[in-house]
Amino acid sequence: MKILRPKDVKTKGMRQINVRGGSQRVLALCLLFVHFESLPYGERLQGSTMKDADIKRLFYVHIFCIVSIILTTFIPSFFLEDFSVLETHLTWLCICSMCVAIINVVLYLQVKPNPSSKRSSIFHKISRLLKSCVYFFISCLLFHAIIVLYGAPLIELMLETFLFAVILSTFTTLPCLCLLGPNIKAWLRVFTRNGATSIWDNSLQITTMSSVIGAWLGAFPIPLDWERPWQVWPISCTLGATFGYMAGLLISPVWIYRNRKQLTYKSR
Amino acid sequence: MLVDALRDDFVFGSKGVQFMPYTKYLMEKGFAHNFIAEAKPPTVTMPRIKALMTGSIPGFIDVVMNFNSPVLLEDNLIGQAKAAGKRVIFYGDDTWIKLFPKHFVEYDGTTSFFVPDFKEVDDNVTRHLDTVLKREDWDILILHYLGLDHIGHLTGPHSSLIGPKLKEMDYILKKIHISLLSKEKEASLPHLLVLCGDHGMSEAGGHGASSVEEVSTPLLLISSAFHRKMGNLQPPKHVQQTDLAATLAVGLGLPIPKNSVGSILYPVVEKRTMREQLRFLHLNSVQLSRLLQENVPMYEKDPGFQQFKVSEKLHGNWIKLYLEGNNSEVLLNLGKKVLKQYLDALKTLSMSLSKQVAQYDMYSMMVGAIIVLEITILLLLSTPKALCQNAAFEIPLSSSSFSLLFYLMVLILSAVHVIICTSAERTCFLCSISWLMAVGVMMLISALLCVIVALLTKTFENVRPSAQNLAASSSGWSELDLLILFGTLGHVLSLGASSFIEEEHQTWYFLINTLCLALGHEVFRNHFLGKDLDHNLAVEQNIKKNAKNVLQYKNDYVDVPETSKIYKASSSMELLPKVYEKWLQLASPWFILICCRLLRTLNQTGVQWAHRLDFGHWLTSSDHKIELSVLTCLSLIMIFVLVQRRCSSVSKVAMALGLLGVFCYRAAIGNVLLPWQRDRKSISKGIIEARFVYVFVLGILFTGIKDLLKSQIIFADVSIKSLGLWDIYNGLVLLAALLLRPHNLPVLVFSLLIQAVMTKFIWKPLKHDAAQVTIMHYWFGQAFFYFQGNSNNIATLDISAGFVGLESFIEVPALFLTVFATYIGPILWAIHLLSFLSSENNRSSAISHASFCYALICSIPVSAYIILVTSLRYHLFIWSVFSPKLLYEGVHLFITATICVFFIVMDQTNLIKP
Repeated sequence: MKILRPKDVKTKGMRQINVRGGSQRVLALCLLFVHFESLPYGERLQGSTMKDADIKRLFYVHIFCIVSIILTTFIPSFFLEDFSVLETHLTWLCICSMCVAIINVVLYLQVKPNPSSKRSSIFHKISRLLKSCVYFFISCLLFHAIIVLYGAPLIELMLETFLFAVILSTFTTLPCLCLLGPNIKAWLRVFTRNGATSIWDNSLQITTMSSVIGAWLGAFPIPLDWERPWQVWPISCTLGATFGYMAGLLISPVWIYRNRKQLTYKSR
Repeated sequence: MLVDALRDDFVFGSKGVQFMPYTKYLMEKGFAHNFIAEAKPPTVTMPRIKALMTGSIPGFIDVVMNFNSPVLLEDNLIGQAKAAGKRVIFYGDDTWIKLFPKHFVEYDGTTSFFVPDFKEVDDNVTRHLDTVLKREDWDILILHYLGLDHIGHLTGPHSSLIGPKLKEMDYILKKIHISLLSKEKEASLPHLLVLCGDHGMSEAGGHGASSVEEVSTPLLLISSAFHRKMGNLQPPKHVQQTDLAATLAVGLGLPIPKNSVGSILYPVVEKRTMREQLRFLHLNSVQLSRLLQENVPMYEKDPGFQQFKVSEKLHGNWIKLYLEGNNSEVLLNLGKKVLKQYLDALKTLSMSLSKQVAQYDMYSMMVGAIIVLEITILLLLSTPKALCQNAAFEIPLSSSSFSLLFYLMVLILSAVHVIICTSAERTCFLCSISWLMAVGVMMLISALLCVIVALLTKTFENVRPSAQNLAASSSGWSELDLLILFGTLGHVLSLGASSFIEEEHQTWYFLINTLCLALGHEVFRNHFLGKDLDHNLAVEQNIKKNAKNVLQYKNDYVDVPETSKIYKASSSMELLPKVYEKWLQLASPWFILICCRLLRTLNQTGVQWAHRLDFGHWLTSSDHKIELSVLTCLSLIMIFVLVQRRCSSVSKVAMALGLLGVFCYRAAIGNVLLPWQRDRKSISKGIIEARFVYVFVLGILFTGIKDLLKSQIIFADVSIKSLGLWDIYNGLVLLAALLLRPHNLPVLVFSLLIQAVMTKFIWKPLKHDAAQVTIMHYWFGQAFFYFQGNSNNIATLDISAGFVGLESFIEVPALFLTVFATYIGPILWAIHLLSFLSSENNRSSAISHASFCYALICSIPVSAYIILVTSLRYHLFIWSVFSPKLLYEGVHLFITATICVFFIVMDQTNLIKP
C-alpha cells in the first residue's frame, strides 16, 4: 500500500481515468479494434454507439469464457483416461482455473487498454505483473481462510479446499486484476454501492458477486442425505461457483444493456 | 440372506426366470415357501431391519418407547438368540452393527455411504463365505448384500447391471444351499435358508415412499424340512414383513419378540402335527393379545381379542380330547376348527395392532395451527407500524369484537365443533375439554380473524401513502437488511427438509458466518471510504476534493509509523489510541469468525458428522483431566474478567466467590482436579458447593431486582435501571457457569467475549437500529444453542443439569434447571440485548422495537414449522426428526414468550416514569 501512494499523487491523470471511467478507455479500445470505424462523430452519438459496441464486445468475451468452461468439461477426456468432472474433480478444477485464467488474461489484454502501459517502463510493467501475482496468491489464501472459517476441515482435504479457493479467486480476483490492475483503491471503488461507473466495472461487479453467491449457495446441498457423488466436499461448492460465474457472465451483458441509460458512462 | 432393495419381480417375475435359475429351480421343486412380504413405509433400510428383527412397526411403539437411540434396545430376535446362547455371525451393511453392537460373535461391516460402488460392497461380504460355511461354530449367519440397492440408486431397476447382480446373488444362494445340504447329512436338525429383501425399488430406482414397487419384497424360506409339493407352482402369497420375526422365533425355538405385530407364516408349519401347530399359533396369539392389552385401553372389545378367547377355549377342549387318547375324526375336525379360529384371531389381532400406527387428532391440530397462523399474520401486518418512530400500534379489538362477523364466526365454529365432536369416533383433545373452554377457543379464533380483517381493510385504505413509504424504505435497504431477510426466509424454508433439521446447526453457523462477513464489509467500507465516496458519486463536482479526502484518510492510518512520527510531538497521545481502535474495529469481525470456528470444533452435533472426533470428547476423556481442569480454571477467570466491568462492587465479590464455588463443585463431583488434590478422592454429589453457588446467584439476582424496583419507584435515573439489568444478566451468567458441563465453559467465555466485542466495535460505532441488533442477537443466540452441543435430537439433551445441587429428583426445579441449561445461548443473548438497549440512553422506544422484533423473528419459523409438520405428518421421519424438533421449538417459543413479557415489563417501567 505504501508503494501505491506516491503513484497516486504523481499520476492524478490515471486516477481520473479510473474514476471517470469512460471515454478515454473507449477511445483506446477503438484503436485496438480495427474493424470498428465509426469514430469521428458528435460526442453524444459517439457515446451511445460506443456503448452499444462495447456491450457487444463484452457479450462476445463472456460467451467465449462460457464456451471455454464448457469445453473444459469434456475436452480433457480425449487426452486423459478416466476423466470426468465429478470423479477426477481436482484435475478438472486445475484445468478449469488454468483455462479461465489464460482466457481472461488474453482477452482482457486484447480488449482493454492499459492506461499506464504506454508511459511506463518495462520495469514498471514487471513490477505490476509481480504485484498482480502476489495479490492473486494473497486472495487465494484469504479465500482459503474464509472457507476454513465457514467450517471446512482445517487439516484434512487441505488440497481440495485450496483448489476451491484458487478457482474462486480465478473467477473473482483475476478479472479484477486484469481490468483494474493491482490497485486496491480502484477495487474498493468498484465494489461499493453505486461505485461502478463503466460497463466493464459493472460486469465485474455482477460476475464477482454471482460467483461468490454461487459458491455460497453451493454449500447448501452438503448436509442433505441424498448421498450423491457431487455432495462430497468441495464439489458442490466449486460447481456452484462455476455456475454462478457462468450465470454472471450471461446476466451482466443483459443487465447492462437494459440499464445502459442509467450508467454514468460518460463523465462529463 | 438379505439382499437390499430386492423387489418381488426380481425373483418371481421374468427377471427371476432369466437371472435366478437356481432359485427358480428350488421353488419349482418345492424346497421353498415363497411369499411376497409387504414392507410398511418408511421403506428405508434401518427401520426395515428393525421390522424384520423385532416384528414391530417402527415409528409407533419404537418411538414411544425410546426416541431413536442408535442401539436397538427393543426386544428382538438377535438379542433373544444371543440370550439363548446361539452364536450369530454377520457380514454386510454396518447398520446392523450399529443396531446390534455387541450381539455378533463375528462381524464385518461394509459402509453404505458410497453409492457408486456396487461390486466391492458385495465382494467384501462374499469373501468370508467359503471359510464360514466350512466351519461349524455358528448357529445363525446373516448376510446383507448392498450392491443391488446401489445399482438401483444409480441406474434404476431396468438397467443392464441388474441381471449380472441377480445372477451373482443366485450363485451365492446356490453355494450356501449346497453347502447346507452337505452339512445336513451329519447334523441332526435341518437348516433353514431365508432369502428376503428389506424394501423394494421404485421405478426410478430409489426407495423410501410407499409405492407398490417399493413395499413388495420377496420372502423365500428354503429348507429340506419342508415337504415337497411337486408340480404346480402356486403364485406367492401376500404377507407382512413383520411376520418373519414371529416365524423365525418359533422356528428357532426362541420367544417371539415382545412388540412383534406379525403373525406366524402358517404354510411353514403346515406339515407339523396338529398339536404342534396349535401350540405355535397359541404362542403367537398370546403374545399379540398381550401387546394389545398394553396399547389399547378397550382391548376387551376388540374383535381379535374376543376371537382369541374363543379359540383358546376350543384349544383347551381339543387338548382334553387329545390327552384322553381320542384319535378319531372328531379330534381332527375339532383341531381344524381350532386352527381356523386361531388363524382368524391372529389376522384380526395383527390388523388392529397395525392400525394403531397413525391416528392423528386432525381437528385439534388444525385449530392449533389456525391460532398460531393468525397470530403470526397479525404480527406481520403490524410490522410497519410497530417499527416506525413512536413504536405504537393499536389493535382494533373493541370495534371488531362487536361486529357481525365475529358473532357469525363464533356461531359457525361452534356448530362445526358440535358436529365434529358428536360424529367423531376417535378421542379428540378439543372434545374432551370442557365446553366452556372450547367456546373460549372458538371466540379466540374468530376474534383474531376479525382483527386481521380490520387491519387488512385499514392498510388497504391507506394503501397509497404506505406504498410510497415502502418504495422509499426499500431503496434504503442495506446489504445487512437483505441478508437478514433472506437468512430468515432461507432458514424457514430449510425446515421442510429432514436433513436440514438434523443439521440445523450448520444453517446457523453458516448464517452467522455470513453475518460476520457482511459486518466486516460494512466496517471496512465505513472506514476506508467513509461516507464521502458514496456521496461523491452523487455529487460529481467534488471528485477532486474527495480524492484529497481519501488521500488524507490514507495518510491517517495506512502509514501509521510515518504519520505518527510527524504527529508525535503534538498529539501522540490522542492519535495513537484512535488508530489502534480503528484497526481493532476492522479486526473484530474476523476475531468473531475465528471464535465461531473454534467453538464449532468443541462440540460435534447433528447426525451426519456426529461421529467425528471433537475437542469436547477429547477433554472429557479421563486421560485429559488436567487439561480440562486448567481450561475450566482459565474459563472461569475469563468469565470474571469479562463480567466484572459492569458489576456493582457488591456483586463483583459475589461473582468471584460464586465462580470459585463453581470450580469447587466441579472438583467435588470429580470432573476436574484441584491443584493440591493429586489422588482421586471420594466423589460426592457436591450438594453443598452447588447450593453455595445458588446463594450467590440468588443474591446477585436479588440485587438486580432491587435496583429495578428502585428505579421504578423513586424515579431515579436510567443508569440504576441498566445497572439492575446488568446484575440480572450477571446472575444468569453465574448460573450458566454452574450448569454447563466443564468442557462447555469456553462457550460461555466466547459468548461473553463476542458480546463485548460486538458492543464496543460494531453496534455502537455503526449505529445499527434496534431491529437489526435484535435479529443479530437472535441469530447468535440460536448459534450458541448449537455451539453448546445441543441438536434437534432428544439424545443430546443434558439431563444432568437438572440434578445440580438437588438431593433427589424434584420436578419443578429440575425441569427449570434443565430447560435453562439447554437454552443458555438464546436466553443469555436475549437478556444481553435488553441490558444493552437499556444502557443506550439515546434510543427512545428501542426496547419496544426489540421486543416486537424478537417476538416476530421467533414466531415466523415456529408457525411455518407447525404448518409444515401438519402437512408432513405421514413423512418417514416424522417421529425421529420432525417431532423432537417440534418439541424443541415449543419450549423455545415458551421461553421467547417469557422473555418478551420481561421486555415489556421493562419497557412499561420506562413509560410510567415521566
